[in-house]
Amino acid sequence: MNLDEKLATLKYNKDNESHLSVDEDVCIRCKEKPCTFICPANVYEWNEEKCIMTIRYENCLECGACKIACEKNNITWRYPNGGYGVKYKNG
Amino acid sequence: MENNKVEVIIVGAGPAGASAAITLARAGKKVLLADRADNAGDKNVFGGTIYAKQTAEIYPNFWETAPVERAVTEQKIFMLTDCDSVQFGYKYASKASYKAFTVKRSNWDRWCVEQAQKEGAYFAPKTLVKELLIENGKVVGVQTEFEKFYSDIVIIADGVNSLLAKQIGLRNEIKDKDVSLSVKEVIEIPKENLQDRFNIDDEDGCACKILGGPLKDIMALGFMCTNKNSIALGYSVSIDELKKHNIKPYELLEELKEHPTIASYIKGGKTIEYSSHLIPEGGYNCIPKVYDNRVLVAGDAAMFVNNIHFEGTNLAMLSGKLAAETAIEALNLSDCSASVLCRYYKKLENSILIKDLRTHRNTIDVIRKNIHTLTSLYPELACDFFDLLTSADEIPKRAKYRKFLSKFIKSRGITASIPFVFLAMEKCFKK
Repeated sequence: MNLDEKLATLKYNKDNESHLSVDEDVCIRCKEKPCTFICPANVYEWNEEKCIMTIRYENCLECGACKIACEKNNITWRYPNGGYGVKYKNG
Repeated sequence: MENNKVEVIIVGAGPAGASAAITLARAGKKVLLADRADNAGDKNVFGGTIYAKQTAEIYPNFWETAPVERAVTEQKIFMLTDCDSVQFGYKYASKASYKAFTVKRSNWDRWCVEQAQKEGAYFAPKTLVKELLIENGKVVGVQTEFEKFYSDIVIIADGVNSLLAKQIGLRNEIKDKDVSLSVKEVIEIPKENLQDRFNIDDEDGCACKILGGPLKDIMALGFMCTNKNSIALGYSVSIDELKKHNIKPYELLEELKEHPTIASYIKGGKTIEYSSHLIPEGGYNCIPKVYDNRVLVAGDAAMFVNNIHFEGTNLAMLSGKLAAETAIEALNLSDCSASVLCRYYKKLENSILIKDLRTHRNTIDVIRKNIHTLTSLYPELACDFFDLLTSADEIPKRAKYRKFLSKFIKSRGITASIPFVFLAMEKCFKK
Protein backbone atom coordinates (compact mmCIF):
# COMPACT_ATOMS: atom_id res chain seq x y z
CA MET A 1 0.00 0.00 0.00
CA ASN A 2 1.64 3.26 -1.03
CA LEU A 3 1.29 6.62 0.66
CA ASP A 4 -1.31 7.95 -1.79
CA GLU A 5 -3.52 4.99 -1.00
CA LYS A 6 -3.01 5.56 2.72
CA LEU A 7 -3.91 9.24 2.42
CA ALA A 8 -6.95 8.34 0.34
CA THR A 9 -8.45 6.71 3.45
CA LEU A 10 -8.64 10.13 5.09
CA LYS A 11 -11.20 12.86 5.12
CA TYR A 12 -9.95 16.43 4.91
CA ASN A 13 -11.67 19.79 4.96
CA LYS A 14 -9.23 21.80 2.89
CA ASP A 15 -8.45 25.30 4.07
CA ASN A 16 -7.85 27.95 1.41
CA GLU A 17 -4.61 29.12 2.94
CA SER A 18 -1.58 27.09 3.97
CA HIS A 19 -0.90 26.72 7.69
CA LEU A 20 2.73 25.77 6.89
CA SER A 21 5.51 27.84 5.39
CA VAL A 22 9.29 27.88 5.04
CA ASP A 23 11.93 30.42 4.09
CA GLU A 24 13.48 28.85 0.98
CA ASP A 25 16.68 30.88 1.35
CA VAL A 26 17.27 28.91 4.53
CA CYS A 27 16.27 25.58 2.89
CA ILE A 28 18.99 26.10 0.25
CA ARG A 29 21.61 25.94 3.00
CA CYS A 30 20.08 22.84 4.60
CA LYS A 31 21.84 19.68 3.43
CA GLU A 32 19.69 16.96 5.00
CA LYS A 33 16.23 18.45 4.55
CA PRO A 34 14.63 16.03 7.05
CA CYS A 35 11.19 17.48 6.35
CA THR A 36 11.31 15.92 2.87
CA PHE A 37 11.47 12.37 4.24
CA ILE A 38 10.26 12.25 7.84
CA CYS A 39 6.81 13.76 7.17
CA PRO A 40 4.25 10.92 7.40
CA ALA A 41 2.22 12.54 4.63
CA ASN A 42 5.18 13.58 2.45
CA VAL A 43 4.01 17.19 2.49
CA TYR A 44 7.39 18.73 1.62
CA GLU A 45 9.16 18.34 -1.72
CA TRP A 46 12.32 20.22 -2.67
CA ASN A 47 12.95 21.20 -6.27
CA GLU A 48 16.73 21.33 -6.59
CA GLU A 49 16.79 23.21 -9.90
CA LYS A 50 14.37 25.95 -9.01
CA CYS A 51 15.19 25.97 -5.29
CA ILE A 52 11.53 25.81 -4.43
CA MET A 53 9.88 23.90 -1.60
CA THR A 54 6.48 22.58 -2.62
CA ILE A 55 4.28 22.27 0.47
CA ARG A 56 1.20 20.11 0.02
CA TYR A 57 -0.39 21.45 3.20
CA GLU A 58 -3.74 19.94 2.24
CA ASN A 59 -2.29 16.47 3.00
CA CYS A 60 -0.92 17.49 6.40
CA LEU A 61 -1.79 15.20 9.33
CA GLU A 62 -1.05 18.06 11.77
CA CYS A 63 1.40 15.97 13.79
CA GLY A 64 4.13 18.61 14.11
CA ALA A 65 7.08 16.32 13.35
CA CYS A 66 8.45 18.59 10.59
CA LYS A 67 8.96 21.61 12.80
CA ILE A 68 10.76 19.58 15.47
CA ALA A 69 12.93 17.81 12.89
CA CYS A 70 13.94 21.04 11.12
CA GLU A 71 17.51 21.78 12.21
CA LYS A 72 17.22 25.38 11.08
CA ASN A 73 13.98 26.01 12.94
CA ASN A 74 12.69 27.23 9.61
CA ILE A 75 9.16 25.86 9.51
CA THR A 76 6.40 28.23 10.50
CA TRP A 77 3.84 25.82 11.83
CA ARG A 78 0.39 26.57 13.10
CA TYR A 79 -2.90 24.74 13.18
CA PRO A 80 -5.35 25.03 10.30
CA ASN A 81 -8.29 27.30 11.12
CA GLY A 82 -11.13 25.90 13.24
CA GLY A 83 -12.96 23.03 11.52
CA TYR A 84 -10.36 22.70 8.73
CA GLY A 85 -7.69 20.11 8.10
CA VAL A 86 -7.66 16.37 8.69
CA LYS A 87 -10.60 14.64 10.32
CA TYR A 88 -10.07 11.19 11.82
CA LYS A 89 -13.02 8.85 12.15
CA ASN A 90 -11.17 6.20 14.16
CA GLY A 91 -8.12 7.80 15.73
CA MET B 1 -22.32 33.23 28.59
CA GLU B 2 -22.34 36.84 29.77
CA ASN B 3 -19.94 39.19 27.97
CA ASN B 4 -17.87 36.23 26.80
CA LYS B 5 -16.70 35.74 30.38
CA VAL B 6 -16.45 32.47 32.30
CA GLU B 7 -14.51 31.34 35.33
CA VAL B 8 -12.29 28.88 33.48
CA ILE B 9 -11.45 28.46 29.80
CA ILE B 10 -9.99 25.11 28.77
CA VAL B 11 -8.20 24.94 25.45
CA GLY B 12 -8.31 21.48 23.88
CA ALA B 13 -11.06 18.88 24.29
CA GLY B 14 -8.88 15.78 24.55
CA PRO B 15 -8.74 13.54 27.62
CA ALA B 16 -7.08 16.24 29.77
CA GLY B 17 -9.43 19.04 28.70
CA ALA B 18 -12.62 17.01 29.01
CA SER B 19 -11.63 15.70 32.43
CA ALA B 20 -10.87 19.23 33.64
CA ALA B 21 -14.18 20.49 32.20
CA ILE B 22 -16.33 17.84 33.87
CA THR B 23 -14.56 18.30 37.23
CA LEU B 24 -15.13 22.07 37.14
CA ALA B 25 -18.72 21.75 35.93
CA ARG B 26 -19.52 19.29 38.72
CA ALA B 27 -18.29 21.89 41.20
CA GLY B 28 -20.69 24.40 39.65
CA LYS B 29 -18.02 26.52 37.98
CA LYS B 30 -18.66 28.30 34.70
CA VAL B 31 -16.39 26.63 32.20
CA LEU B 32 -15.80 26.96 28.46
CA LEU B 33 -14.12 24.06 26.64
CA ALA B 34 -12.79 25.12 23.21
CA ASP B 35 -11.50 22.82 20.49
CA ARG B 36 -10.35 23.52 16.94
CA ALA B 37 -12.00 20.40 15.49
CA ASP B 38 -15.58 20.02 14.21
CA ASN B 39 -16.13 17.39 16.88
CA ALA B 40 -14.01 16.51 19.89
CA GLY B 41 -11.67 13.68 18.96
CA ASP B 42 -11.50 14.43 15.23
CA LYS B 43 -7.81 15.32 15.51
CA ASN B 44 -6.79 12.77 18.11
CA VAL B 45 -4.86 9.56 17.69
CA PHE B 46 -3.37 7.12 20.20
CA GLY B 47 -2.04 3.61 20.73
CA GLY B 48 -5.44 2.06 21.25
CA THR B 49 -6.19 1.45 24.94
CA ILE B 50 -7.51 3.45 27.86
CA TYR B 51 -7.01 2.33 31.46
CA ALA B 52 -10.20 1.45 33.29
CA LYS B 53 -9.49 2.34 36.91
CA GLN B 54 -8.31 5.91 36.45
CA THR B 55 -10.90 6.59 33.77
CA ALA B 56 -13.65 5.39 36.10
CA GLU B 57 -12.59 7.91 38.73
CA ILE B 58 -13.80 10.61 36.37
CA TYR B 59 -16.51 8.72 34.49
CA PRO B 60 -17.85 6.09 36.96
CA ASN B 61 -18.88 2.80 35.34
CA PHE B 62 -18.16 4.35 31.94
CA TRP B 63 -18.12 0.95 30.22
CA GLU B 64 -21.87 0.67 30.65
CA THR B 65 -22.61 3.61 28.35
CA ALA B 66 -19.38 4.78 26.70
CA PRO B 67 -18.47 3.73 23.15
CA VAL B 68 -15.76 1.23 24.08
CA GLU B 69 -14.64 -1.32 21.51
CA ARG B 70 -13.38 -4.28 23.56
CA ALA B 71 -12.34 -5.03 27.15
CA VAL B 72 -8.68 -5.99 27.05
CA THR B 73 -8.26 -9.47 28.52
CA GLU B 74 -4.88 -10.30 27.06
CA GLN B 75 -1.66 -8.32 26.72
CA LYS B 76 1.06 -9.76 24.52
CA ILE B 77 4.62 -9.02 23.56
CA PHE B 78 5.88 -9.95 20.11
CA MET B 79 9.63 -10.28 19.65
CA LEU B 80 10.35 -10.27 15.94
CA THR B 81 13.44 -11.22 14.00
CA ASP B 82 13.59 -10.60 10.26
CA CYS B 83 11.19 -13.46 9.52
CA ASP B 84 10.36 -15.25 12.77
CA SER B 85 8.94 -14.35 16.14
CA VAL B 86 8.49 -15.39 19.74
CA GLN B 87 5.28 -14.24 21.37
CA PHE B 88 4.25 -14.32 24.99
CA GLY B 89 1.25 -12.95 26.75
CA TYR B 90 -0.65 -12.41 29.95
CA LYS B 91 -4.26 -13.50 29.81
CA TYR B 92 -6.67 -12.73 32.60
CA ALA B 93 -9.99 -14.45 32.88
CA SER B 94 -11.92 -12.22 35.22
CA LYS B 95 -13.96 -9.57 33.51
CA ALA B 96 -15.01 -8.32 36.92
CA SER B 97 -11.75 -6.41 37.17
CA TYR B 98 -11.49 -4.43 33.96
CA LYS B 99 -7.95 -3.25 33.34
CA ALA B 100 -8.18 -1.54 29.98
CA PHE B 101 -10.45 -1.00 27.00
CA THR B 102 -9.76 -0.41 23.36
CA VAL B 103 -11.57 2.66 22.02
CA LYS B 104 -11.73 4.73 18.87
CA ARG B 105 -10.72 8.22 19.83
CA SER B 106 -13.24 10.06 17.70
CA ASN B 107 -16.07 8.22 19.48
CA TRP B 108 -14.46 8.21 22.89
CA ASP B 109 -13.41 11.86 23.08
CA ARG B 110 -16.82 12.99 21.85
CA TRP B 111 -18.53 10.92 24.54
CA CYS B 112 -16.30 12.41 27.26
CA VAL B 113 -17.13 15.94 26.15
CA GLU B 114 -20.84 15.09 26.09
CA GLN B 115 -20.58 14.00 29.73
CA ALA B 116 -18.94 17.33 30.59
CA GLN B 117 -21.73 19.16 28.73
CA LYS B 118 -24.36 17.23 30.69
CA GLU B 119 -22.74 18.54 33.85
CA GLY B 120 -23.02 22.10 32.55
CA ALA B 121 -19.77 22.85 30.67
CA TYR B 122 -20.05 24.95 27.49
CA PHE B 123 -18.37 23.30 24.51
CA ALA B 124 -17.18 25.42 21.57
CA PRO B 125 -16.13 23.24 18.62
CA LYS B 126 -14.48 24.61 15.43
CA THR B 127 -12.83 27.16 17.70
CA LEU B 128 -9.14 27.68 17.15
CA VAL B 129 -7.51 29.55 19.99
CA LYS B 130 -4.88 31.64 18.26
CA GLU B 131 -3.27 33.02 21.37
CA LEU B 132 -3.65 33.77 25.04
CA LEU B 133 -4.82 37.28 25.85
CA ILE B 134 -2.34 39.06 28.08
CA GLU B 135 -3.14 42.24 29.99
CA ASN B 136 -0.65 43.84 32.37
CA GLY B 137 1.52 40.75 32.10
CA LYS B 138 -1.30 38.44 33.13
CA VAL B 139 -3.31 35.92 31.13
CA VAL B 140 -6.90 37.14 31.05
CA GLY B 141 -8.44 34.91 28.40
CA VAL B 142 -8.05 33.68 24.83
CA GLN B 143 -8.20 35.12 21.33
CA THR B 144 -9.99 32.84 18.86
CA GLU B 145 -10.26 33.43 15.12
CA PHE B 146 -13.34 35.53 15.58
CA GLU B 147 -13.65 36.75 19.14
CA LYS B 148 -12.16 37.16 22.57
CA PHE B 149 -13.16 35.13 25.61
CA TYR B 150 -12.24 36.13 29.15
CA SER B 151 -11.73 34.01 32.25
CA ASP B 152 -10.10 33.98 35.67
CA ILE B 153 -8.05 30.89 34.77
CA VAL B 154 -7.02 29.27 31.48
CA ILE B 155 -6.20 25.56 31.46
CA ILE B 156 -3.91 24.79 28.53
CA ALA B 157 -4.63 21.27 27.27
CA ASP B 158 -3.85 21.82 23.60
CA GLY B 159 -1.74 18.73 23.15
CA VAL B 160 1.83 17.77 22.43
CA ASN B 161 2.57 20.76 20.19
CA SER B 162 1.17 23.23 22.74
CA LEU B 163 1.62 26.53 20.96
CA LEU B 164 0.00 28.31 23.91
CA ALA B 165 2.42 27.04 26.57
CA LYS B 166 5.18 28.20 24.24
CA GLN B 167 3.59 31.62 23.78
CA ILE B 168 3.95 32.43 27.48
CA GLY B 169 7.37 30.82 27.83
CA LEU B 170 6.30 27.85 29.94
CA ARG B 171 7.68 25.50 27.32
CA ASN B 172 10.51 25.47 24.81
CA GLU B 173 10.49 23.57 21.53
CA ILE B 174 10.83 19.85 22.22
CA LYS B 175 14.14 18.25 21.26
CA ASP B 176 13.88 15.64 18.52
CA LYS B 177 15.11 12.88 20.83
CA ASP B 178 12.36 13.63 23.36
CA VAL B 179 9.44 13.13 21.01
CA SER B 180 8.25 10.18 18.99
CA LEU B 181 6.27 10.09 15.81
CA SER B 182 3.57 7.49 15.79
CA VAL B 183 2.01 6.20 12.59
CA LYS B 184 -0.88 3.83 12.55
CA GLU B 185 -3.43 2.10 10.36
CA VAL B 186 -6.85 0.90 11.34
CA ILE B 187 -7.43 -2.28 9.37
CA GLU B 188 -10.93 -3.66 9.01
CA ILE B 189 -11.26 -7.42 9.51
CA PRO B 190 -14.48 -9.46 9.79
CA LYS B 191 -15.26 -9.91 13.46
CA GLU B 192 -15.12 -13.73 13.37
CA ASN B 193 -11.70 -13.78 11.68
CA LEU B 194 -10.37 -11.23 14.11
CA GLN B 195 -11.55 -13.21 17.15
CA ASP B 196 -10.15 -16.45 15.76
CA ARG B 197 -6.77 -14.93 15.03
CA PHE B 198 -6.40 -13.41 18.48
CA ASN B 199 -8.19 -16.28 20.19
CA ILE B 200 -10.61 -13.96 21.99
CA ASP B 201 -14.33 -14.02 22.77
CA ASP B 202 -17.01 -11.65 21.61
CA GLU B 203 -16.41 -8.69 23.92
CA ASP B 204 -12.77 -9.42 24.74
CA GLY B 205 -9.74 -7.69 23.31
CA CYS B 206 -6.03 -8.10 22.95
CA ALA B 207 -3.31 -5.45 23.15
CA CYS B 208 0.17 -6.24 21.82
CA LYS B 209 3.54 -4.53 21.88
CA ILE B 210 6.00 -5.32 19.11
CA LEU B 211 9.80 -5.31 19.43
CA GLY B 212 12.30 -5.79 16.64
CA GLY B 213 11.77 -7.06 13.12
CA PRO B 214 11.66 -4.02 10.83
CA LEU B 215 11.89 -1.89 14.00
CA LYS B 216 15.22 -3.36 15.14
CA ASP B 217 18.16 -1.21 16.22
CA ILE B 218 16.10 1.99 16.39
CA MET B 219 14.19 3.62 19.24
CA ALA B 220 10.89 2.27 18.02
CA LEU B 221 8.08 0.20 19.44
CA GLY B 222 5.19 -1.35 17.57
CA PHE B 223 1.66 -1.86 18.82
CA MET B 224 -1.37 -3.80 17.69
CA CYS B 225 -4.78 -3.91 19.34
CA THR B 226 -8.22 -5.18 18.58
CA ASN B 227 -11.27 -3.04 18.04
CA LYS B 228 -14.68 -4.64 17.42
CA ASN B 229 -14.18 -5.15 13.70
CA SER B 230 -10.72 -3.81 13.11
CA ILE B 231 -7.09 -3.97 14.17
CA ALA B 232 -5.12 -0.85 15.05
CA LEU B 233 -1.53 -1.47 13.98
CA GLY B 234 1.29 1.00 14.18
CA TYR B 235 4.54 2.00 15.81
CA SER B 236 6.20 4.99 17.33
CA VAL B 237 9.75 6.05 16.64
CA SER B 238 11.92 8.78 18.05
CA ILE B 239 12.29 11.71 15.63
CA ASP B 240 16.08 11.84 15.93
CA GLU B 241 16.17 8.20 14.78
CA LEU B 242 13.98 8.96 11.78
CA LYS B 243 16.42 11.69 10.81
CA LYS B 244 19.53 9.66 11.49
CA HIS B 245 18.42 6.67 9.43
CA ASN B 246 16.58 8.56 6.67
CA ILE B 247 13.39 6.68 7.43
CA LYS B 248 10.14 7.39 5.64
CA PRO B 249 7.57 6.57 8.33
CA TYR B 250 4.94 5.14 5.97
CA GLU B 251 7.49 2.81 4.33
CA LEU B 252 8.55 1.42 7.69
CA LEU B 253 4.89 0.84 8.51
CA GLU B 254 4.56 -1.21 5.32
CA GLU B 255 7.58 -3.28 6.33
CA LEU B 256 5.95 -3.97 9.69
CA LYS B 257 2.70 -5.00 7.96
CA GLU B 258 4.64 -7.35 5.71
CA HIS B 259 6.47 -9.18 8.48
CA PRO B 260 5.15 -12.78 8.29
CA THR B 261 3.92 -12.82 11.91
CA ILE B 262 2.10 -9.51 11.64
CA ALA B 263 0.84 -10.25 8.12
CA SER B 264 -0.93 -13.36 9.41
CA TYR B 265 -3.03 -11.21 11.75
CA ILE B 266 -4.05 -8.56 9.22
CA LYS B 267 -4.42 -10.89 6.22
CA GLY B 268 -7.35 -9.98 3.97
CA GLY B 269 -7.96 -6.80 5.96
CA LYS B 270 -8.75 -3.42 4.47
CA THR B 271 -7.07 -0.27 5.74
CA ILE B 272 -9.84 2.16 6.62
CA GLU B 273 -7.67 4.86 8.15
CA TYR B 274 -4.07 5.99 8.19
CA SER B 275 -3.04 8.38 10.94
CA SER B 276 -0.12 10.03 12.63
CA HIS B 277 0.57 11.83 15.89
CA LEU B 278 3.43 12.91 18.13
CA ILE B 279 4.07 11.47 21.59
CA PRO B 280 6.04 13.54 24.11
CA GLU B 281 8.47 11.00 25.51
CA GLY B 282 11.03 13.11 27.32
CA GLY B 283 9.56 12.10 30.69
CA TYR B 284 10.41 13.67 34.02
CA ASN B 285 13.42 15.63 32.78
CA CYS B 286 11.30 17.43 30.18
CA ILE B 287 8.32 18.48 32.29
CA PRO B 288 7.84 22.22 31.77
CA LYS B 289 6.57 24.67 34.34
CA VAL B 290 2.91 23.69 34.54
CA TYR B 291 1.45 26.73 36.29
CA ASP B 292 1.74 30.47 36.36
CA ASN B 293 -0.51 33.35 37.31
CA ARG B 294 -4.01 32.39 36.08
CA VAL B 295 -2.70 29.49 33.97
CA LEU B 296 -2.39 25.70 34.32
CA VAL B 297 -1.04 23.16 31.82
CA ALA B 298 -2.31 19.56 31.57
CA GLY B 299 -1.94 16.39 29.50
CA ASP B 300 0.44 16.07 26.54
CA ALA B 301 0.94 19.85 26.61
CA ALA B 302 2.72 19.27 29.94
CA MET B 303 4.56 16.24 28.47
CA PHE B 304 2.80 13.84 30.86
CA VAL B 305 3.52 10.51 29.19
CA ASN B 306 5.01 7.44 30.85
CA ASN B 307 6.40 5.67 27.81
CA ILE B 308 7.86 2.79 29.82
CA HIS B 309 4.36 1.68 30.81
CA PHE B 310 2.56 2.99 27.70
CA GLU B 311 0.55 5.49 29.75
CA GLY B 312 -0.69 8.79 28.34
CA THR B 313 -4.45 9.19 28.25
CA ASN B 314 -4.74 8.17 31.91
CA LEU B 315 -2.14 10.75 32.92
CA ALA B 316 -3.92 13.33 30.78
CA MET B 317 -7.21 12.65 32.56
CA LEU B 318 -5.54 12.68 35.97
CA SER B 319 -3.70 15.94 35.32
CA GLY B 320 -6.87 17.53 33.91
CA LYS B 321 -8.73 16.57 37.08
CA LEU B 322 -5.98 17.86 39.37
CA ALA B 323 -5.73 21.11 37.39
CA ALA B 324 -9.49 21.56 37.74
CA GLU B 325 -9.40 20.85 41.48
CA THR B 326 -6.65 23.45 41.88
CA ALA B 327 -8.67 25.93 39.84
CA ILE B 328 -11.71 25.31 42.07
CA GLU B 329 -9.66 26.05 45.19
CA ALA B 330 -8.24 29.21 43.64
CA LEU B 331 -11.67 30.46 42.53
CA ASN B 332 -13.10 29.78 46.02
CA LEU B 333 -10.23 31.79 47.52
CA SER B 334 -10.65 34.52 44.86
CA ASP B 335 -6.92 34.25 44.27
CA CYS B 336 -5.83 32.83 40.91
CA SER B 337 -2.20 33.83 41.23
CA ALA B 338 0.72 31.43 40.96
CA SER B 339 0.98 31.36 44.76
CA VAL B 340 -2.28 29.36 44.86
CA LEU B 341 -2.00 27.60 41.51
CA CYS B 342 1.36 26.12 42.54
CA ARG B 343 -0.75 23.65 44.54
CA TYR B 344 -1.33 21.93 41.20
CA TYR B 345 2.26 20.76 41.08
CA LYS B 346 2.05 19.57 44.70
CA LYS B 347 -1.03 17.52 43.79
CA LEU B 348 0.81 16.07 40.81
CA GLU B 349 3.79 15.23 43.02
CA ASN B 350 1.54 13.43 45.49
CA SER B 351 -0.09 11.43 42.70
CA ILE B 352 1.30 8.53 40.69
CA LEU B 353 1.96 10.94 37.84
CA ILE B 354 5.14 12.62 39.04
CA LYS B 355 6.10 9.65 41.22
CA ASP B 356 6.13 7.28 38.24
CA LEU B 357 7.78 9.72 35.85
CA ARG B 358 10.47 10.31 38.48
CA THR B 359 10.99 6.55 38.88
CA HIS B 360 11.68 6.33 35.17
CA ARG B 361 13.60 9.59 34.80
CA ASN B 362 16.65 7.76 33.35
CA THR B 363 15.12 4.54 32.06
CA ILE B 364 14.78 5.74 28.49
CA ASP B 365 18.50 6.60 28.36
CA VAL B 366 19.32 3.06 29.48
CA ILE B 367 17.01 1.65 26.81
CA ARG B 368 18.59 3.91 24.22
CA LYS B 369 22.04 2.60 25.10
CA ASN B 370 20.82 -0.99 24.91
CA ILE B 371 18.50 -0.69 21.95
CA HIS B 372 20.38 -3.28 19.89
CA THR B 373 20.16 -5.82 22.73
CA LEU B 374 16.48 -5.18 23.27
CA THR B 375 15.22 -5.05 19.70
CA SER B 376 17.67 -7.22 17.82
CA LEU B 377 19.68 -9.55 20.04
CA TYR B 378 16.95 -10.72 22.45
CA PRO B 379 14.40 -11.49 19.73
CA GLU B 380 17.11 -13.40 17.87
CA LEU B 381 18.20 -15.36 20.94
CA ALA B 382 14.59 -16.11 21.84
CA CYS B 383 13.94 -17.47 18.35
CA ASP B 384 17.24 -19.40 18.40
CA PHE B 385 16.27 -20.94 21.69
CA PHE B 386 12.90 -22.15 20.45
CA ASP B 387 14.49 -23.36 17.24
CA LEU B 388 17.03 -25.33 19.28
CA LEU B 389 14.31 -26.74 21.47
CA THR B 390 12.03 -27.84 18.68
CA SER B 391 14.13 -28.89 15.70
CA ALA B 392 15.14 -32.53 15.31
CA ASP B 393 17.92 -33.22 12.84
CA GLU B 394 21.34 -34.87 12.52
CA ILE B 395 23.19 -32.22 14.59
CA PRO B 396 23.86 -33.44 18.14
CA LYS B 397 22.06 -31.43 20.81
CA ARG B 398 25.29 -30.73 22.66
CA ALA B 399 26.74 -29.00 19.60
CA LYS B 400 23.58 -26.90 19.34
CA TYR B 401 23.76 -25.87 22.99
CA ARG B 402 27.40 -24.87 22.55
CA LYS B 403 26.58 -22.77 19.51
CA PHE B 404 23.73 -21.03 21.33
CA LEU B 405 25.83 -20.40 24.42
CA SER B 406 28.78 -19.07 22.49
CA LYS B 407 26.48 -16.63 20.64
CA PHE B 408 25.00 -15.52 23.94
CA ILE B 409 28.38 -14.97 25.57
CA LYS B 410 29.86 -13.21 22.54
CA SER B 411 26.93 -10.83 22.28
CA ARG B 412 26.28 -10.10 25.96
CA GLY B 413 29.83 -10.24 27.30
CA ILE B 414 31.09 -12.69 29.85
CA THR B 415 29.92 -10.82 32.99
CA ALA B 416 26.29 -10.67 31.98
CA SER B 417 26.46 -14.28 30.91
CA ILE B 418 27.96 -15.84 34.05
CA PRO B 419 24.74 -16.96 35.79
CA PHE B 420 23.40 -18.38 32.57
CA VAL B 421 26.68 -20.11 31.78
CA PHE B 422 26.78 -21.85 35.16
CA LEU B 423 23.29 -23.17 34.66
CA ALA B 424 24.04 -24.43 31.21
CA MET B 425 27.57 -25.68 31.83
CA GLU B 426 26.54 -29.00 33.22
CA LYS B 427 24.51 -30.03 30.20
CA CYS B 428 26.91 -28.67 27.60
CA PHE B 429 30.37 -29.59 28.64
CA LYS B 430 30.17 -32.32 31.28
CA LYS B 431 30.88 -35.62 29.64
